Amino acid sequence: MAESDDNLIEVRNLRFQRGERWIFDGVDFNIARGKITAIMGPSGTGKTTLLRLIGGQLRAEAGSIHLDGNDIPRLNRNDLFAVRRKMGMLFQSGALFTDLTVYENVAFPLRVHTRLPEAMIRDVVLMKLHAVGLRGARDLMPSELSGGMARRAALARAIALDPQLIMYDEPFVGQDPISMGMLVQLIRLLNDALGLTSIIVSHDVHETASIADYIYVIADGKVIGQGTPEQVLNTDDARVRQFIRGLPDGPVPFHYPAIDYCKDLQLERE
Amino acid sequence: MNWMLNFVQRLGATGIETLGVFGRASLIWWRALWGMPDWRNGPTLLVRQLYFVGVYSLIIIVVSGLFIGMVLALQGYTVLVRFGADQALGQLVSLALIRELGPVVAALLFAGRAGSALTAEIGLMKTTEQLASMAMIGVDPLKRVLRPRLWAGMIAMPVLTQIFNMVAIWGAVAVGVDWLKVDAGSFWANMQSAVQFREDVLNGVIKSIVFGAVVTWIAVFQGYDATPTSEGISAATTRTVVYSSLAILGIDFLLTAVMFGVK
Repeated sequence: MAESDDNLIEVRNLRFQRGERWIFDGVDFNIARGKITAIMGPSGTGKTTLLRLIGGQLRAEAGSIHLDGNDIPRLNRNDLFAVRRKMGMLFQSGALFTDLTVYENVAFPLRVHTRLPEAMIRDVVLMKLHAVGLRGARDLMPSELSGGMARRAALARAIALDPQLIMYDEPFVGQDPISMGMLVQLIRLLNDALGLTSIIVSHDVHETASIADYIYVIADGKVIGQGTPEQVLNTDDARVRQFIRGLPDGPVPFHYPAIDYCKDLQLERE
Repeated sequence: MNWMLNFVQRLGATGIETLGVFGRASLIWWRALWGMPDWRNGPTLLVRQLYFVGVYSLIIIVVSGLFIGMVLALQGYTVLVRFGADQALGQLVSLALIRELGPVVAALLFAGRAGSALTAEIGLMKTTEQLASMAMIGVDPLKRVLRPRLWAGMIAMPVLTQIFNMVAIWGAVAVGVDWLKVDAGSFWANMQSAVQFREDVLNGVIKSIVFGAVVTWIAVFQGYDATPTSEGISAATTRTVVYSSLAILGIDFLLTAVMFGVK
């Protein structure tokens, strides 16, 4: 586990079940304050679910998620909404409110949680939009934005209240190289400039490894590898190596479990 | 023997599932509707929803009301005139409308027009993660999104129903008095003496408030509970219209039995 005593989040023995399947079966990890922690793993390992557990949108069956002394699965509804003001989350789709302009989207958290005068809201919104390079796009509607711009606008909204923690759900998926580069740079820049703590959930190995301070690799409901990017990239563990190098076959099989191929094709084997 | 066990098992599973849905729907309704009102944003949000569910439903309510009133007068006249009782047309039309047709037909139209729109809107907000991102900003979507819509439905429905009744009676006058030459004086006098405020008008208003609450409850819950895919939203929208219509007709019978039943 990350060698730090100053953890914003401590997750212990987290267990979560969906239907019959255990998505997480005893997961432990720490998110160090002020650092970028990446959680990586193949699709379908529940990385997004993990963020929803931290955000309290889903409740774990067992285990604890401590954020600054609050055990999230045990908070009641009102306390949970209060704790969430310390968090920002960037959804995969951006999830901008489609009936509001970019400006109003970024202003939304300020309007509902603060009683700032309009002039000050305007200043904060323009500062946040400037930070993501969209000050000029303030009057556009979300439907008029490209995918990368929508994600940046959503990022501006996520940092509007200066949260302690920001969670990125697959920030690099479906981005062209330019907006990917922009996002990579932005995530690092915002983390360091605003003193945030960031969690990136992703399966884009190289982009993530280039900005993360610490990486956890999860698969089959468990943490299978962790360390600094160098440690993870040079690991000996066969499962982690397969994922990092992108090998088509290995401990994670290429074939979905099935009956014998010859039998399936009804070929008689003498 | 085996098929019987299977049948009982399926029955039980369906029963538990149905109860679960009712429980979830009731919890959501309760949480969304009650609690501290938000004096700062609440009124604006409510007015906006009143505009969406109320004003946008006006055209269909007015046009349907007009034609239903006209048809009612025409049909009523052909029967009544045989007994020489065509002066009772005003009484017939107004009682039918104020007690039954007004609340029921307006609610059915409302379910088709506003209910389906509510379900699709909320379902799409869920699919595009807007509800989740709102929750992560620390704003309860039940209070911000669902609550103004539920109240708007309950407020708009009785108003729409009264507008429907008014226009329908006006349509009946156009057909009965202006066209078929029923005596205007006896038309209005019979209506006035037959319609009781508490017995008829107030009960109609109560009905329409109940229908408004039920339709928006079903619509909002179906959207909130929809499977977040395009098929999920289309299924949820269909369910809203079907369940709302059935609920309106079923509840109408119950309310009628209680309000106008054998004393």
